[in-house]
Amino acid sequence: MKYVDEYRDAEAARKLADAIARTVTRPWVVMEVCGGQTHTIVKYGIDRVLPPEVELVHGPGCPVCVTSLEMIDRAHAIASRPDVTFCSFGDMLRVPGSRGDLLELKSRGSDVRVVYSPLDAVNLAAARPDRKVVFFAIGFETTAPPNAMAVWMARKRRLTNFSVLVSHVLVPPMITAILQAPGNRVQGFLGPGHVCTVMGESEYGPIARRYGVPIVITGFEPIDLLEGVYRTVRQLEAGRAEVENAYARAVRPEGNPASRRLIDDIFEVCDRKWRGVGLIPKSGFKLRYEYRDHDAERIFEVDDIETQESSLCISGQVLKGLKKPHDCPAFGKECTPQMPLGATMVSAEGACAAYYAYGRHLEGQGRRAGGVSPLILHTVGNGFHNQGADAPRSPVAGGRP
Amino acid sequence: MCLGIPGKVVETYRENDVQMGKVDFSGVFKRVCLEHVPEVRPGEYVLVHVGFALSRIDEDEAGRVFAFLEEMNQLDELRVPLANEPGAD
Repeated sequence: MKYVDEYRDAEAARKLADAIARTVTRPWVVMEVCGGQTHTIVKYGIDRVLPPEVELVHGPGCPVCVTSLEMIDRAHAIASRPDVTFCSFGDMLRVPGSRGDLLELKSRGSDVRVVYSPLDAVNLAAARPDRKVVFFAIGFETTAPPNAMAVWMARKRRLTNFSVLVSHVLVPPMITAILQAPGNRVQGFLGPGHVCTVMGESEYGPIARRYGVPIVITGFEPIDLLEGVYRTVRQLEAGRAEVENAYARAVRPEGNPASRRLIDDIFEVCDRKWRGVGLIPKSGFKLRYEYRDHDAERIFEVDDIETQESSLCISGQVLKGLKKPHDCPAFGKECTPQMPLGATMVSAEGACAAYYAYGRHLEGQGRRAGGVSPLILHTVGNGFHNQGADAPRSPVAGGRP
Repeated sequence: MCLGIPGKVVETYRENDVQMGKVDFSGVFKRVCLEHVPEVRPGEYVLVHVGFALSRIDEDEAGRVFAFLEEMNQLDELRVPLANEPGAD
């Protein structure tokens, strides 16, 4: 492949940061929805090249993080059965349930496997008719088409030994829940680029209008994020609240219509519990009744799940944008990626794990984070708007003024 | 899992009535479902989520995104072998 470095173009980044600084006149709170965006922001120190008026808060856009403890405990109960081969994305292996994680189950002899794709799990079911192959179907709208295709294929191939444990979550109801939460501070959103490659833009217009918030569909690279922030701030300053697509090179307004049709054939919308947040109405997918023969939740009835969460963890407030990871007394102490206490530390995409990975838990102890890209800081933040970790933030309360 | 990874379609074929393809992720080859990008031809690039292509992208964008994901350590999923291969997890 040909590698071009346009997106690490410091000059373009500097111009955008400059444009944001020229545009902003008041404090604004903007949330990036997707965990991949959070990762980029923390790694490249995007939040630190913004003017002090613009505060970025990190959303709950990590499906591994928000998979409910009940569902993880249910997965563990199913994976423990001797007749089951339990397949999962690698990200889920180390996510702690109430009693250990999938890796521990595997080390105790359960047949737990990491697969690259749900479609590989379907082939495994075909190759092993003696095993009940269960795939842990988690994710946002981006993994819904492959998971739906796996169920469709299993049905077509009459693989009665293949089922899925579905714990899908959806972005638009989550954004709505954040906006409705008491004490909400978020005034604009960077929308999730890859989710919109599937679903398109249409679900976001009603939210932008109803709550008066701009939603700018944004990519994942440093320049994408600066562009998303710039367009959001420009709307906020002008009193506009519209859906804008700042990621047009990947997102079409209608998304991928074939994928949307397949999702609609296989799944239906349901209420879903989010780890750290609680129940959000109509915020998930479950299998349609017609596909109940492939529904692991129906096939393996697991009752008596009693969950135990840490009492120290504040991940619920972090997920809603009310707190930052370093506001938590356990952050980097009792709670680390090796021994996570809650949702936002369990996966690399979680806000707490991203802060930890790039050394922000060491700040305030006389040590500067090592993870901030020198490129961005030297070329963009140099003598510019490069705030220190303890720079005062303007308090912003409530919705838009 | 969440971020699509760009790859180059090497060959396409039908399997159980579904359009599939062999896709090259900078030297790592994967079996990918192409059913929702039916117009794609060998030599072209697609954005792939967990073995499922969701959109076509051009070569420059593919190279740029791949390099970025590499820098972000977001390519681990490509290292997972097929579940029914010897030596798989």
